[in-house]
Amino acid sequence: MGPMRRTIGEIAAFVTSKNAGPFLLTLDIVFPDRATYERFKALKALDRVTIAGLYGLMAEDVLKIIEFDPAYAVKITMRRPIGSGALGESDVYGAQQHVPLMEHAVAWEDT
Amino acid sequence: MSARRMTILAPEGMLGYGIPPRSMAEGMRRNPDALAVDAGSTDPGPYYLGAGLPFTNRRAFKRDLSMILEAAQARRIPVLIGSAGGGGGTPHLEWTLDVYQEICRERGYRFRTAVIGAEVDKDWIKAQIARGRTSPLDLDTPLRAAEVDRSTRIVAQMGYEPFMRALDMDAKVVIAGRAYDPAPIGALPMRAGFDRALVIHMGKILECGGAAAYPRHGSDSLLGFIEEDAFIVEPPNPDKVCTVASVAAHTLYEKADPYLLHLPGGAIDLTRTTFEQISARQVRVRGTRYVKAPQYTLKLEGVRRVGYRTLAIAGVRDPVLISQIDAYLENIRTRVAETYPDGYRLIFHVYGRDGVMGRLEQVKEIRSHEVGLVIEVVADDPDTSAAVLALARSAGLHVTYPGRKAIAGNLAFPFSPSDIKAGEAYEFNVHHLVVVDDPLELFPIEIIES
Repeated sequence: MGPMRRTIGEIAAFVTSKNAGPFLLTLDIVFPDRATYERFKALKALDRVTIAGLYGLMAEDVLKIIEFDPAYAVKITMRRPIGSGALGESDVYGAQQHVPLMEHAVAWEDT
Repeated sequence: MSARRMTILAPEGMLGYGIPPRSMAEGMRRNPDALAVDAGSTDPGPYYLGAGLPFTNRRAFKRDLSMILEAAQARRIPVLIGSAGGGGGTPHLEWTLDVYQEICRERGYRFRTAVIGAEVDKDWIKAQIARGRTSPLDLDTPLRAAEVDRSTRIVAQMGYEPFMRALDMDAKVVIAGRAYDPAPIGALPMRAGFDRALVIHMGKILECGGAAAYPRHGSDSLLGFIEEDAFIVEPPNPDKVCTVASVAAHTLYEKADPYLLHLPGGAIDLTRTTFEQISARQVRVRGTRYVKAPQYTLKLEGVRRVGYRTLAIAGVRDPVLISQIDAYLENIRTRVAETYPDGYRLIFHVYGRDGVMGRLEQVKEIRSHEVGLVIEVVADDPDTSAAVLALARSAGLHVTYPGRKAIAGNLAFPFSPSDIKAGEAYEFNVHHLVVVDDPLELFPIEIIES
C-alpha cells in the first residue's frame, strides 16, 4: 500500500476562486491552523506546472503562488483564458473555478 | 485634533446590498466620525459600465442610502461614497444623484454635496498613449488608440486626493464616480494626518463591509478605529466576530498578491504586518508600510460593445443524444451556417459537461443523466442576433442523429417564449495604467446643495 493521500479540500478550511480584476483568477487555500498550514507548506506540493496541469493551462499562465503566513493561506493567481464576461466566457465572478484544486490529492498521513 | 483616534463605519460592502438595521444602530452607537461605503466593482462584468446602468436594485439602493443619510443628518458626520452606481461613469453618477436627491426632497435634507466625475475623455487618453504614458495591467497588450475609439466608456479609478479635496471644500456628502475602493473610507483619516499605510490597509478591509468578520454571510457593516500606530476592526453586529483568521484571510480577497497591494500613487507592503486578537471580537493591525511609486498612476477601465445577445435555454434527457452531443452541436452549427455564413458568434454552453469551467475544465466525459444547454448568439444588430438564434433553436429541436428514437424533438424548453433578448453584450477592453502629473486632474469636483 502506498502512502496515504488526502485532497486539499479535506485538509483545508476553505478553497475558493474569484476574479482579481477582469483578467486574472485567484485561488485561495486557507488552512484551519498554523500546524496544518506549516505541514502543507513543507510538502512543496504546489508548483506552477502542477497547477497548470489541473486547469489545462501553460505553466506561464500561472503567475504567482504565494504563501501568506498571517492567514495560514496559499494563494495562486493565474491568467483567465477569457476575460470576465467576454464572449464565450462562463463564470463572470470566477467563483466556481476552485474544484480541480480542491480535489487535488497530496501525500498526507492522518495524525 | 486632540484624541488621536478616528472611527469610520462602513455600513456595508456594497451600497444597495442591504444594511442590517441592528448593525447600523450598533455602529452608530460607537460615534463614528464618518460613514463611508464603496458602491462599485468590475466583478459583475463589463455590461454595467458599458450600458451605463447600475448592478444594484434601485429600491434596495434607496433604502440603504436613506439609512446612511438619516444617520449622517442626526450626527452631523460626513458621508463618502465611491464608485457611484457601480461602474462609476457619468450615467452611473447621474443615477445615484437622482436617488440621492429624491431622498433629500422627501425627507427635507440639505447637505453641501460634492459630486466627482471619473469618466475619461478619449482624446486625452490617446494623447497619453502618444506620450508613452500608458501601460498594460494583467494583460500583454499595450493600449492602442483604435481600442480607445472602440470603447463605449472609459473610467479612471481616483485615489484619495479628490475625496480629500472635496472635504477641503467643506462637502458633507461626497458622491464620487469610479474610485479605488478604500479611498472613500480613508479620506477623512488621511486628511487628518493618520499614518498613510494604516489608513489604506484599514480601507482595504472595510471596503467589503462585514466580509472580514465570521460567520461570513449576508451583507453587513464593519467598524474601523484608526490610532497613531495601529488600527482596530470590529463588527457592530453582535453575532459576528473579527478574528485574526477572518481579517488576515480577507486580505487575500480578490488580490493577486497579498503582500503588496497597489493603489494610485503607491502600494502598501504587508510583509511586516501583524494581526493581533485584542478581544473576542476585535483585531488590531499594525506594521503595514507605504511604498511610494516613482510615478503617480491611475487605473483605467473600459469596455467595448461586441454586439447584441439572444439566447435560449433547453435541456436534454435522451442518453442517445447525450452520448454524441458534440456531433449534434456541430450539426446545428453547420445548419445555421448554410443560411447565415458569417457575421455572428454562435456559442453552446453545455451544463453537465463544461458549462461552468469552459476551457479550464479537465473532466471530459458527461456523468449526468441530463444536460443543460444554453444556446447563445451575439451579432452586430439585434435582428440578426434574433434570426440566427431562432434558426439555431429550431435546428437544435429537429436535427436528426444516429440511433435517434425521439423523432418529435431533441430539446426540452422550460420557457415560452424560448428565445430571450439579452440586449447589448460588452467586454472589457481597457485595463491599463496611465501616468498623471496631478492626482486631481481627471476628476472634476462640483459642489451642489442637495
